[in-house]
Amino acid sequence: MSYRLGVDVGGTFTDLLLINEKNGDIHTAKVPSTPHDSSVGVLNGIQRVCQNAGIDPKEITQFMHGTTVATNTVLTGSGAKVGLVTTKGYRQVLQIARSFVPGGLGGWVIYNKSLPMAPLALTIEADERIGADGSVVSKLDERALKRDLKALKKKGIEALTISLINSFANPAHEKEVAKVAREVMPEVPISLSSEIVPEMQEYERTITTVANSYVRPKVETYVNNLKRETRKLMSDVQLHILRSDGGLASAKAAAAYPVNLLMSGPAGGVAGAIWVADQAGFPNLLTLDMGGTSTDVALVENGKAQLRRETTVGDVTVRASSIDVRTVGAGGGSIAHVPELTKALRVGPESAGAAPGPAAYNRGGELPTVTDANVVLGYLPSGEVRLGGDMEIRKDLAEQAIKRVAEPLGLSIKEAAAGIIDIVNENMYGALRLVSVEKGYDPRDFALIAFGGAGPLHANALGKLMNSWPVIIPPGPGVLCAYGDATTRVRDEASRTFIRSFSQTNVGEVAKIFEKLAASASKALDQEGIPKKDQTTSFEVDIRYHGQGLQLTVSFELEDLKKRGLDVIGEQFDEMHRQLFTFALPQEKELVNLRAVAQGKPTNVRALSVPKGGKDPSQAAIAHPTIFVEGKDQKATLYDRSKLMSGNEIQGPAVVLEMDSTTLILPGHIGKVDDCGNILITPAA
Amino acid sequence: MPAKLIETKPRPFKRVSIDPITLDIIENAMLNARWEMDAVLFRTAMSPGIREQHDEFPMIANVDGKMVVGQFGSFIYGFKAAYDGTIEEGDMFLTTDPYSCNGAVSHANDWLLLRPIFKDGRLIAYASMFGHMTDIGGKVPGSMPTDAQSIFEEGIRVPPTKIFKKDVLQEDILELILHNCRMPQWNRSDFHAIVAAIRTAEKRVIEMSNRFGDDVFYSALEDLLDRNKRAMAHLINTTVPKKKQYFEDYLCDDGMGMGPYKIRCAMWREGEKVIFDFEGTDPQSIGSVNFYLNEEMFKMFCGVYMIMVFDPQIMFNDGFYDLMEVRIPEGTLLKPREPAALSCRTHALGRIFDILGGLLGQGSPDFLTAAGFSDSPHLMYSGRRKNGEWYQLYQIGFGGIPGKPSGDGPDGHSLWPSFTNVPNEFLESYFPLRIETYETIPDSGGAGLHRGGNALRVGYRFLEPGQISIHDDRWLTYPWGVNGGEPGLRSRKTLYRKNGEVELLPSKCDRIQVEEGDLLHFDTWGGGGWGDPLKRPAEQVQFDVEAGLVTIDGARRYGVVIREDLTVDEKATASLRSRMAKKRGKTQLFDFGGSVEELKKRCKKETGMEPPNTPVFLSGFSGPSGTGKKKAARKGKKAAA
Repeated sequence: MSYRLGVDVGGTFTDLLLINEKNGDIHTAKVPSTPHDSSVGVLNGIQRVCQNAGIDPKEITQFMHGTTVATNTVLTGSGAKVGLVTTKGYRQVLQIARSFVPGGLGGWVIYNKSLPMAPLALTIEADERIGADGSVVSKLDERALKRDLKALKKKGIEALTISLINSFANPAHEKEVAKVAREVMPEVPISLSSEIVPEMQEYERTITTVANSYVRPKVETYVNNLKRETRKLMSDVQLHILRSDGGLASAKAAAAYPVNLLMSGPAGGVAGAIWVADQAGFPNLLTLDMGGTSTDVALVENGKAQLRRETTVGDVTVRASSIDVRTVGAGGGSIAHVPELTKALRVGPESAGAAPGPAAYNRGGELPTVTDANVVLGYLPSGEVRLGGDMEIRKDLAEQAIKRVAEPLGLSIKEAAAGIIDIVNENMYGALRLVSVEKGYDPRDFALIAFGGAGPLHANALGKLMNSWPVIIPPGPGVLCAYGDATTRVRDEASRTFIRSFSQTNVGEVAKIFEKLAASASKALDQEGIPKKDQTTSFEVDIRYHGQGLQLTVSFELEDLKKRGLDVIGEQFDEMHRQLFTFALPQEKELVNLRAVAQGKPTNVRALSVPKGGKDPSQAAIAHPTIFVEGKDQKATLYDRSKLMSGNEIQGPAVVLEMDSTTLILPGHIGKVDDCGNILITPAA
Repeated sequence: MPAKLIETKPRPFKRVSIDPITLDIIENAMLNARWEMDAVLFRTAMSPGIREQHDEFPMIANVDGKMVVGQFGSFIYGFKAAYDGTIEEGDMFLTTDPYSCNGAVSHANDWLLLRPIFKDGRLIAYASMFGHMTDIGGKVPGSMPTDAQSIFEEGIRVPPTKIFKKDVLQEDILELILHNCRMPQWNRSDFHAIVAAIRTAEKRVIEMSNRFGDDVFYSALEDLLDRNKRAMAHLINTTVPKKKQYFEDYLCDDGMGMGPYKIRCAMWREGEKVIFDFEGTDPQSIGSVNFYLNEEMFKMFCGVYMIMVFDPQIMFNDGFYDLMEVRIPEGTLLKPREPAALSCRTHALGRIFDILGGLLGQGSPDFLTAAGFSDSPHLMYSGRRKNGEWYQLYQIGFGGIPGKPSGDGPDGHSLWPSFTNVPNEFLESYFPLRIETYETIPDSGGAGLHRGGNALRVGYRFLEPGQISIHDDRWLTYPWGVNGGEPGLRSRKTLYRKNGEVELLPSKCDRIQVEEGDLLHFDTWGGGGWGDPLKRPAEQVQFDVEAGLVTIDGARRYGVVIREDLTVDEKATASLRSRMAKKRGKTQLFDFGGSVEELKKRCKKETGMEPPNTPVFLSGFSGPSGTGKKKAARKGKKAAA
């Protein structure tokens, strides 16, 4: 027998999902996370889930894992000491960046720029030059380079990035520099911009490669530890890490190209959401993942998440493919305040984070947060009715905190709390519109799926704003991510920049390049032992009107391209341009990047199921508190989610509790429990 | 005749009361719509100026034409007063003529589109946007001739024109305009991109109106205008003194060998109203450096600067306009009479911000910022490639953000919102040039407790013969420092000919012939320093030295002695600092680096260039008035703190 295992390490719980690859049977387990060394929690969990399934851990052959190690390394500024080699004349490429000052007119008055990820003191120049066409303008001065690299080594760098001008057109000099560097500092890991992201734009390529170097040592250590520890239980297991773009990377590739893991965590959630919603029969989705400090949203069309050639973490944006997840600084910990001058109610972007946290958590936080507003309104129950988690919730402290904004606004505490919820919902609504309406999609064609600790509390309200029904609340946010990890296919891509206008392009030449790219993309899959017959390859180009700055990505069949030529691509592009921007132009088009994507086959896995019951959910009811909703106090019912049965219909207003999440169903809405345990919320007829 | 509004179902709006939460939600939605306009434009425009550098500005206004969200304030009132025609459903107006819109756009390169938004037969709002076109014809590529003496030399001018009627594009008009431009394909696509952005705003406005109801939407916009007014009234009362404050600053030259030109402004409060008076500003130039300053736009600049520190999340709008009065004498540099040339107005436009900073800050030094990169210098490079293909580049330069109360100024950045630089690899792929150097100039930022940002040096190696134009300033006068901070380094342009000759180029010039292999160093200027440099922590100075942003010599301006191994010599530093402090005495509020007379005297020696001649003004326009009679902050070298 062979089993595959999905593992999600959250802040509080580690969730595991075990899949029997033969028949698709599943087993789950939830154990406390161990933040000091997460592999301890993972091992505990593996033992637990294997016990549940009655199998020997050795039977697990595939281990899939989404991780936030790379993300946290960037967010906490705890990455490596990175040295950087640039072309002569470009030492300050990160210092200058794109010269952009955020904010409106006068924004500079309050703007303090953060320091570059590779310090200027650790940046050296190589005397060399490649032209835009890839020709060598001047040769590399190896002697000077060696001298400068030695000096750099003395400064104790822990990783090295090489990013030279026009290396996307010809990587020869980067390779020469790498060769010298390996002689000078054999123990230091080296990242080349022409390998990490062989695309035009020197700043973006450099920051991406530096970010790779920056997170690399931490990620490498994490992956190696995990591999070593898990091998103790599972001798033959293959470890895979979920990438930002929703594909899987081998442990080796993950450690070498960790910049591709910056969105690994959110990608797991989206991948899980796609799978769960697909089981429930909803291939078109808006995802809403609301945590403590921020909310991630994404759009899924026909079971496929939109991808974007960019990943943003904190104030760093890199050129790495990721699921097009938009993040807003609105989470449970977002702080509400009222500026004295304008008397407006503002929520976020400042967050109380985990420490001191919301006032209601009684850990020293005094400022009013979104969580406090949820407590005041009765959506997050305090007192005995809480399930799981050992956190005490203090309603009195939440009320004190909310009072700080209620007073200057001249509102009651409950009204102010409702205001905070409305505003934070509006912020998330803005993000959801960004991925839907503003891209030409009609949200009424999409279901909304909510997860993350706080998502299900706000989802019903957002469904109303977006008119996206049903609102799907899957069971257990952690399990959802583990589902995402376990059901993801192995995927790799190969791409190259190829800027050429249509009229100058020979279709035969392009087709040949695509075939080469396809071969190189499938190499990674070959190495994973995936037989060729289980691999599928798809093709994409980034394209624009000659002279435009944007690129749109168009997918096509290689056979069509060979048969019908570039029109296959051009017509699709015109149509997309019209959908997005209301017009197309009679202008020459231009290819920018060519890409081949290879994928393994999907996993055979069965969904969770819950016991069948009738319409009446009263077996799960545990209390009947009063909550403040839609401007007044109303009697609501509190349910224990673990006791809900398939077929149950919950009338709003209601609050559904589970270990790591709470769902609010608004008055005038019904939540139906489906066979898999999802709650599907729709307006009552 | 003022414009006549035609509505098929006219009926008044009802002002209803709005709860604060709904108001905040509508504010947020309006802001989103404004950012969405930008996003649509950037993605679809073609000229690098708009696409990469974001030289454009959007606006959404209420039914009366007051800006509710945007950047530069509304011009619609002036437009309505001057436009002799109808405003109907399905109209979209195009104008590029500063003289026809009271300076809403300040040179003809900026194409302004305005859309009245109708819903159910009545007007509910306006959306508009303008963007800088790379070329609009005229005597030089880029259409900003430094030697123009009237606006007729500066390319095609479009008076307010319905470019869409009943939502039908007037193609013959558009083609007529495009026929006059050197890069018509860019203008065409940028035009459509602006139209798409405005249509986006229209869609959002109608959605919002549907979601909340027309009366709620209307009333919310009124409330938002009121909110601004209340906030500004409070600010004006607490920060603007009744006593007159003065400040003056200069444009170095006019590109025709004359300068500097003085811009002078007084500010005082009368009751709850603040008055700005530009009496004493030099008469209009006979050249093209005039800046037709729209009074409303100036109010917006002031308001934004005043409020930035207190609630940066606010959606800034026109609501406070009644609280400000701006007086600009006619016939001056800031209100020239038609047909004065206007194309090179960017320098005076930028300088207005330094003047504002000095004027608003002198009463409250804690909020005072130093002089910054108050310009958007241009480089134009055009010609024919060997294969006969025409190329034309218009590029904006970047420089040092000033030292400010909150910290150091970034190096090689922009004072303008949303501007970004063009990736050099992109330039090299599409234009016959190579960027050999792209770095900031060490020590070019003014020394201070908070360091001014460094200037940027761009080394352009030209790969085809062609012509270049340069537009820059601050080569003679300094980006001044404040509260004891020193001025930043001035700008400079050096052409290294392939044959070994070195030429200093003027700050403003046209039609300079360059050959294949010539190298231009385009050096912009640094930001002024903020606060006493002797108080900057030595380890911060050392950090900058290690980073190469400040040299070992440059560290001495901070009184910090750095050894060759880049460590701080603590003892030597302490003694140097105490000697410098003694010699200097009390710190000064402003450091201009010398009076205009002194700067002119030292000009040749320090800059290598001859000083400009005293400006000659055309007769028939008002002469200089008030000069020298009143005591301005900028008198002589330094004003005492």
